Amino acid sequence: MNVTVLVLGILLAAGVVVVVALPFLREPQVSDDRLDAPTADEERRLTLREERDRALAALRELEFDHRTGKITDEDYRRDLGPLRRAAAGALKRIDDAELPPEE
Amino acid sequence: MADLGRAALAVTLLLSVYALVVGSYAAFSNRRRLATSARNALLCAFGSTLLAAGILASALYRHDFSFVYVAQHTNRTLSRAYSLSAFWGGQEGSLLLWLLVLTGYGALAVLVNRRLLRDLIAWVVPVIAGIATFFAVVLVAVASPFGTQTTPVDGVGLTPSLQNPYMVAHPPMLYLGYVGLSIPFAFAAGALLSGNTDERWIVATRRWTLAAWMFLGLGQLIGSHWAYVEVGWGGYYAWDPVENAALMPWLAATAFLHSVMIQERKGMLKVWNMVLVALAFELSIFGTFLTRSGIVQSIHSFSQSSIGGWFLGFVVLSSLFAVGLILWRLPLLKARTKLESALSREATFLYNNLLLVALCLTILWGVLFPIVTQLFRGETRTIGRPYYDFFLRGFGLPLLLLMGIGPLIAWRRTSWRALLRVLAWPIGVALVAGIALVAAGAGSSKPGLIAYTFSAFVLATIAVELIRGTRVTGSLFVLISRNRRRYGGYVVHAAVVLAAIGIAGSSAFGHTVERRLALGQSMKIDGYTLTNRGVRVTPKANVVETRAILAVTGRWNGTVESGSNQYLNPPEPSQEVGIKTDWWRAQDLYVIADDLNVNTQVIYTKVLVKPLVNLLWIGGVVFLFGSLIALWPDAREQRRLVTRLAPARA
Repeated sequence: MNVTVLVLGILLAAGVVVVVALPFLREPQVSDDRLDAPTADEERRLTLREERDRALAALRELEFDHRTGKITDEDYRRDLGPLRRAAAGALKRIDDAELPPEE
Repeated sequence: MADLGRAALAVTLLLSVYALVVGSYAAFSNRRRLATSARNALLCAFGSTLLAAGILASALYRHDFSFVYVAQHTNRTLSRAYSLSAFWGGQEGSLLLWLLVLTGYGALAVLVNRRLLRDLIAWVVPVIAGIATFFAVVLVAVASPFGTQTTPVDGVGLTPSLQNPYMVAHPPMLYLGYVGLSIPFAFAAGALLSGNTDERWIVATRRWTLAAWMFLGLGQLIGSHWAYVEVGWGGYYAWDPVENAALMPWLAATAFLHSVMIQERKGMLKVWNMVLVALAFELSIFGTFLTRSGIVQSIHSFSQSSIGGWFLGFVVLSSLFAVGLILWRLPLLKARTKLESALSREATFLYNNLLLVALCLTILWGVLFPIVTQLFRGETRTIGRPYYDFFLRGFGLPLLLLMGIGPLIAWRRTSWRALLRVLAWPIGVALVAGIALVAAGAGSSKPGLIAYTFSAFVLATIAVELIRGTRVTGSLFVLISRNRRRYGGYVVHAAVVLAAIGIAGSSAFGHTVERRLALGQSMKIDGYTLTNRGVRVTPKANVVETRAILAVTGRWNGTVESGSNQYLNPPEPSQEVGIKTDWWRAQDLYVIADDLNVNTQVIYTKVLVKPLVNLLWIGGVVFLFGSLIALWPDAREQRRLVTRLAPARA
């Protein structure tokens, strides 16, 4: 093993150690070292938002499917009401959960 | 420099183990700085692997035969481009490429999602690190590409059949696909480990899965084209176990790409999606085991080595890990909604999933059958083409039909009346196409006729979808940009149809004639007359070329040459076929000349006429185009997802 390779190897090892230790070098002392995993409340909010997005997407799909002729007027009228109620329900549940406003 | 390469790989191994052990502890004990440290270790693992890869690439480029790997896979006559492609021409180099792609993908996926999904990433890092640890252990302890020796005068060289432009692209494409499937698996496992099985892992990995699937598909097509022009048996897919090894994870990933849409829209099939992601990943590792263990006979296998046991062990361990995780988190994966109708888009996706997985499992059984018979009966019995063709027709033709029906069915539910109304045009087109085909004489093969008719039906439904959608939005561009995934998917469907037509045409309606021809003798096939004009031998620097010269008259006038090459270093032969593509008639004249007698000028010739075979390769280009449309980032969708996820963290 020649000297150049040895030096390069040592530099590689040293560089790696610095990068891996960086979080502790940057913040030797912290008041809160916990991962910001979602709390139960945040998980519930996320679930509500997923439900809302699904309900709104279903309404958009219904509208598009109707306009492209994939469902009849009769089927459209039958499905519109339940989907609107589902979307309204999802929005209301988000309001009830007192979520902070988006953007 | 080999020492530095070994050191770099050892550093990668240490970093991977650190990211696995410390990352798991950090995620489990909820420690932020430790989790970030583990993440940094994974990023550094990519850096050190890149250094190792750079050293090997440099040695290949410089023809540094003090590296055993370089001496075994290159020689001085090999061009620089093929010398570099020898990186993946041998076992050790291809394993290093796998580790490089894995750590690269892992680093990128972790960096991209580090802010929005920090809690999930804390669990994803140790999963990716676990996979990287396995490959790093194999590279350090079992199959190092940095073995050295006293420098020989010249190297052995690269197998002649691998000295082909398609072979430069085919293996890296497959690796990008195989390894890419590790990322959705890692995120799914991370979601299960963290207990947060919401949609975030799907959102984070949607494009990764699509990209891996695209690379795997393209890799197989490029490999098929290589087999067609280079291997010289007249076909492009032989149901070889190693070819099947790439097809199986692709089928599982195709099923996942469809079923995940049901989870996104309905919150259903969470368990099924986890199973599919795990299946696709495990099959990609299993395929590597098949390629490298020598356990099955294949023209594509690496030489038999002890490495197979390592892969088998990893497949077993990772499968147990995946199954255990899914069973542990089963209560979190319950669906909140149910299928509303058997006549709905989601129901057709479900049927499509069942057919794709059934096809995948029947292929898996065909691959495993020789191993099972060897284990239980002491004799190796293989399953041949008729078995695979039977199931390809049995599952493939209904899949083709579903590809046409699915896009025209509404989400949630639809009525028969509405369905028949939108299907009227496609059914009409399919009927006209079927009748025209029968009139044109295509009724000689029923599966071929059905495949053509279904293909016409699918193309008509895609056209109807695009026309109706454009009428609503006012512009085709607006229509596609509003839902790139859907319309990119339709372009991919069109590519599959082109491939289906190509496969059906070349296999069901092709012609084959075999003759022994003396000098000046002729043979006829499908409107072509081929005459033996003699045998020519041309010695070159590293190869002696022997060619039969065949004059062709009739539908095309010209000369076709076919024969063999005998390479000097390495001393291996290769078959060289003659292909004349007639674009106007959409068919190939494919000539295999064998057993060439230079003294008597007598040749043995097999000539095939392969109708529509080139649609398969054109379909590959369309497949790439459709995949890129679906992959293209959608800024509006990204904003919607960020606003959904970010405030939940507020």
